Amino acid sequence: MAEVALRKVVKRYDDVEAVRGIDLDIADHEFIVLVGPSGCGKSTTLRMIAGLEDISDGDIMIGGDVVNDVPPKDRDIAMVFQNYALYPHMTVAENMSFGLRLKHYPKAEIKARVTEAARLLDITDLIDRKPKQLSGGQRQRVAMGRAIVRNPKVFLFDEPLSNLDAKLRVQMRIEIKKVHQKVRTTTVYVTHDQVEAMTLADRVVVMNKGRIEQIGTPNELYHKPATRFVAGFIGSPAMNFIPCRLEDVGGTLQIRLTDRLAFPLPPARAARYNALPRTEKLLLGLRPEHLTESHAHLEPGVETFDTVLDVTEPMGMETLVYFGLEGTPVCGRVNPNAGAKDGGPMRLAMDLNNMHLLNEETGVVL
Amino acid sequence: MSTLAIDKGGPTRKIKYRSMSRDRAWALRWSYFFLVVFAIFSLTPPIYMLITSLKSSAEISAATNPWWVFHPTLANYVELLTSNQFLRFFWNSAIVSIVVVIVTMLISIPAAFALARMKFWGSTTLATGVFLTYLVPDSLLFIPLFKMLAVVQDLTGITLLNRWYVLLFIYPTLTVPFCTWIMIGYFASIPKELDEAALIDGASWLQTLTRIFIPVALPGLIAATIFAFTVSWAQFLYPLVFTTSVDQLVLPVGITTTLIKGDVFNWGQIMTGALLGAAPPLIIYAFLMDYYIAGLTAGATKG
Repeated sequence: MAEVALRKVVKRYDDVEAVRGIDLDIADHEFIVLVGPSGCGKSTTLRMIAGLEDISDGDIMIGGDVVNDVPPKDRDIAMVFQNYALYPHMTVAENMSFGLRLKHYPKAEIKARVTEAARLLDITDLIDRKPKQLSGGQRQRVAMGRAIVRNPKVFLFDEPLSNLDAKLRVQMRIEIKKVHQKVRTTTVYVTHDQVEAMTLADRVVVMNKGRIEQIGTPNELYHKPATRFVAGFIGSPAMNFIPCRLEDVGGTLQIRLTDRLAFPLPPARAARYNALPRTEKLLLGLRPEHLTESHAHLEPGVETFDTVLDVTEPMGMETLVYFGLEGTPVCGRVNPNAGAKDGGPMRLAMDLNNMHLLNEETGVVL
Repeated sequence: MSTLAIDKGGPTRKIKYRSMSRDRAWALRWSYFFLVVFAIFSLTPPIYMLITSLKSSAEISAATNPWWVFHPTLANYVELLTSNQFLRFFWNSAIVSIVVVIVTMLISIPAAFALARMKFWGSTTLATGVFLTYLVPDSLLFIPLFKMLAVVQDLTGITLLNRWYVLLFIYPTLTVPFCTWIMIGYFASIPKELDEAALIDGASWLQTLTRIFIPVALPGLIAATIFAFTVSWAQFLYPLVFTTSVDQLVLPVGITTTLIKGDVFNWGQIMTGALLGAAPPLIIYAFLMDYYIAGLTAGATKG
């Protein structure tokens, strides 16, 4: 096991830069998830750590050694692919032991390791089957088993759950987390699914257009996003972005959303945003859960307003309501018993204690 | 059968649109019609050969129904199978074909692997070039090839022309390009992640080829083997040109040169020889068909 470090890593394909100078330190035992939309360079980054892609510039270190020119087999890594990549002509046991057999491990040790990994992944009964006799979830377990038996310094996962159906994905997500808790191997995991990223990671690396947008624990990313991209990418339904500006009315700082809608900011927020120029074009970032139905006893900083709903989506434990604020679509989350109806009026409460203020041009969270 | 059952189970009210099962039934009828026509067309010559091979020379030249055997005899078979000359042809054909298959595979498999996977400068052009060489007909090549071998023979003093083993150098020019082309296709269909997984597992290129690619692409390998064998076994022009002495001949040339004497055609024996000559490829096809059809890539990745 070991730490992994990326220093100004760049990947160029002809004249296209897929990865534009990434710096990342991954601690021993850490579970890091690279997340971002397709084409953001996350898979390329993983493949560079694996040695399957050359790096155009920068350094990659595993366990303190620069491995830029070290072939994949000598990097002491194991990788789990999106499509499993099991050897179709080998049994589960042969698949798992292939790497060890190539390195001429003693037979007894190979058997012990395969048995142990199979037990860990609960695939002992499948050990003599061929991949085509297995379901998708079972194949994914075997692919993980193949990684575990090697006892590598680093596990690399390349969208391992994308080919599974939704239910199985949730199940395997928990499996992966359990396995990591047991083997504690440093892990780099790539996904485009922010829920997977949030649930699995010790720290999440959000990537966009070949760059790192933000690195942080799932909670940090959720509550303190650094940019509009991160704020919009993490969380479902996505954060609302409402054009707004600041104004001073009678000594208090107000946030104006529309001609008729303006709220005084809570004192803590007012102090934080007071220095901003009043002319600046801003965006109010507000998660749907901070836009709920109004009720009698509102906390300070929670402001109410009346609106007419466009659409409602009952989800069971909550109802999502959609409405427009001067053309900007906005989503809120209300209690299913709050009486939200398609096209109906509703009084909503906006929790400004949890608001974010963004610069509309730069997308930076202020 | 199953289509009829589906028809019966359909709705009883009159339906205006044509049902899927009726479409399927018609499609099947047409397929069977054309398959039968094709079967008659391609099976008639071998049946005629079989009938003729069971006749005596007297019956063949007599003006009886050519499609019926009135006095069946195995004399033609006995005569050929006890003739040292015929067995010599058979042996020459066998040794040439087997060695050519081995040589072809030893060249084609690594070549196809390199062209399909090790992306090097010009590999795509080279792959197309390999196929193009196959498109040059042997009737254009045999004179320059003859000349080349004559030069080699003069320079080295090793007798090549009019020796059966010269065919071991000639036939691969036909088999290697095509087999390489087939294998490129099969190797290219193997998911890239499979060799990446092998690479990470610590396999060298050679180990990836021998332990992953060859077993996974076995159906393609067998297809290529069958092709190489059939081409070598049935080749006529090259052995006709490059070998002339009776003891150096392979089967197709041997039959036509020794059983046709001037304008005397020994039809009974020619047909028998052709039928016996057609047997080995048939047997090989029959045995390898299952492997050929079995798709081994199933289960490698999703799906």
